[in-house]
Amino acid sequence: MSIFPATAAAKAAARSRTSASGARPGPRNQRSAYWFIAPLGLGFAVFYFWPLLQTLYFSFTEFGAFGGHTFIGTDNYIRVIKDVTVWQALGNTLIYCVIGLLALPVAIVVASLLNRRGLRGVSVYRALYFIPFVTLPVAVGLVWNWLYNGDFGLINEILSWFGVDRNYWVSDPSTAVYAIGTVMVWSTTGYYLVIFMAGVKGIPQDYYEAAELDGAGPLRRFLTITLPLLSPTIFFASVICMINSLQTFDLIYIMMAEKNPAIGDTQSIVGLFYKWAFIENAQGAAAALAFLLMLVIAALTYLQFRIQKRWVHYA
Amino acid sequence: MRRRTLLGGAVAAPLLAACSGGGGGTDSGGRTTLSYGMWDPAQLPGMEKIIAAFRKRNPQISVRIQLTPWASYWTTLKTSMRGGTAPDVFWMNAVNFQLYAANGVLEPLSGHIKADATPVDRHPKALVKLYSYQGTQYGLPKDFDTIGLWYNKQLFDKAGITYPDASWTWDDVRDAAAELTDPSRRVHGFAAEMDRQIKIYPAICGADGHVLENGRSGFGDERSIDGMRFLTDMIDRGWSPPQSAMVESVGRVRYWSEKVAMNYDLSAMAGQMYAVPALKDHGGIAVLPKGKRRATIIHGLANVVSAKSDKKAAAWKFVHFMAGREAAEIQARAGVTISSYEGTQDAWLKSMPEFDLEHFLEMQEYAVPYPSSKNTAVWENLQYPLLGAAFSGKGGIESAARTLGEQMDRALKEERDS
Repeated sequence: MSIFPATAAAKAAARSRTSASGARPGPRNQRSAYWFIAPLGLGFAVFYFWPLLQTLYFSFTEFGAFGGHTFIGTDNYIRVIKDVTVWQALGNTLIYCVIGLLALPVAIVVASLLNRRGLRGVSVYRALYFIPFVTLPVAVGLVWNWLYNGDFGLINEILSWFGVDRNYWVSDPSTAVYAIGTVMVWSTTGYYLVIFMAGVKGIPQDYYEAAELDGAGPLRRFLTITLPLLSPTIFFASVICMINSLQTFDLIYIMMAEKNPAIGDTQSIVGLFYKWAFIENAQGAAAALAFLLMLVIAALTYLQFRIQKRWVHYA
Repeated sequence: MRRRTLLGGAVAAPLLAACSGGGGGTDSGGRTTLSYGMWDPAQLPGMEKIIAAFRKRNPQISVRIQLTPWASYWTTLKTSMRGGTAPDVFWMNAVNFQLYAANGVLEPLSGHIKADATPVDRHPKALVKLYSYQGTQYGLPKDFDTIGLWYNKQLFDKAGITYPDASWTWDDVRDAAAELTDPSRRVHGFAAEMDRQIKIYPAICGADGHVLENGRSGFGDERSIDGMRFLTDMIDRGWSPPQSAMVESVGRVRYWSEKVAMNYDLSAMAGQMYAVPALKDHGGIAVLPKGKRRATIIHGLANVVSAKSDKKAAAWKFVHFMAGREAAEIQARAGVTISSYEGTQDAWLKSMPEFDLEHFLEMQEYAVPYPSSKNTAVWENLQYPLLGAAFSGKGGIESAARTLGEQMDRALKEERDS
């Protein structure tokens, strides 16, 4: 997750350096540049590219329970395509993706509210919103399970004041996926908030002052200045957010007990991968599943890059 | 410079710790340190006492316990097996045994047993057999568990019902559950939880059905379905909380907090029940009520030696010691589980005099061994997702059970073919 901002910042720094000194990048400069990116390249090769190739290879094999494997061709892919639980998990994962994206509008609104001139204690608010993101998903899941609890949970208690029946939020198949999605949004909003606050800060105050002189209200200023000028940031955040939600696992793993009747309706692709690989000894099929997920992520990301041309304004 | 050494130390420290944690070879000075993998923190004090007793006889060998929580025990074990850092001796259960034995990662013990005259015949035959694979013994039982009926005497007194005893049938349980249920106080008569070992399997066997026989699933069998209907019927009638409620606070917890009057649970839970003052005072135990026939599920853990261990001689000494009378007596006195060594169970019975624990021993007579095959986890994983709706009060146990039976048969066939 941190790779993208880091490289973006590095690129920006590199750009400003060359333009400031006015030196054209000669072969000598280039060689030293490779030394600087070598650590990242090495890390990428060892931790991303090599496992990727391995996974691809393993997806065509069958594993023994304690090591050793045999080549079985495309059997794993056939199993993945035929298995109804895979399609159900894929559907659930796409629901998580849509719900996860809801964190963006929330973060944008909060970020622009925090950008008001004269607002005090901004860093306190920022910290408060950010804390859920740095809290371990295990802790988040456990605490929210208590809040959601159908017998003594706080949420049911509060709803009962308004005459709403108590509900087993995370164990009822009709609500479980949304209950978990809510927690996902809650715990990731802070991260996007920080990104958007940086984006909002980058918009010159002059625009707002000029708009104010012309009589534009706060909503008008938000819609015609903040949103368009923030669109590159929104695009970046939505790509990251989508990829993260598609890979969601830990929160569901903690919040959904094995005996939960809603388990089929909440299981994500990575959750299913875990079950196949580590519980049922089907590592080969799990590798095929992981590859399928990679293709889905690649396709959706490509789609986002195609669509961005229509709505992202680079000032 | 100073800063640099500090940083260097910070990096080196976890590396050193990791090396010593791996536990390779014999320690310097001819001493051996065995690692012993287990999952139950409640049994830690008892195991430590056994290790101390073992140490007294074998001063050269020390044993270090590796406690891994149940939720990740098998995943961790399998991964460490592949990586070569598995414990030398570890706990094994029936569900996983055949998978491990078939893949040759367990040390065969038959030769050692013969050579050292290990008192295997003093342990229940069914349990010893559970840990032999294709005629070779790979594990020695340490304890066993049966399922009994736990009930709350105070709630029974309040409702004016006589306590359950050996004459009880499923009809008696149903009648009592109806009487004991009090929706206004959110008290239920029974906890018909979706749990294979403590609820589903005993009910299936009690209805004269079966889970697995001759490599075929019994879930589609009419008698098995009758057994499961005994449970789901309780939920449909409101005498038991639905499964969705029991995910968030499990049946055991509801029994502890006196919100459930009757619950099927393991003998191994006796120690934890005993620690709850209210239950120590008025918690009762009876044999499981009779359905079509009398049945309960028996399961026990075994100690096994890793085939990849490089300290097998010492590991065997430890396993041999734990299969003997002395270790069994220490374990029984610790009061957590029933030790499997014949004649040592008295200490366990006496450890909790307020409880009628002898019912758990009585049930050995008609106890059915926990069903398992080579890749048990695959077909066990089918159960909860498929039965979930029926156990949540949505009905349809017949079709759910039949679908489960078909899918389990398919998994068993794949297991044979592989």
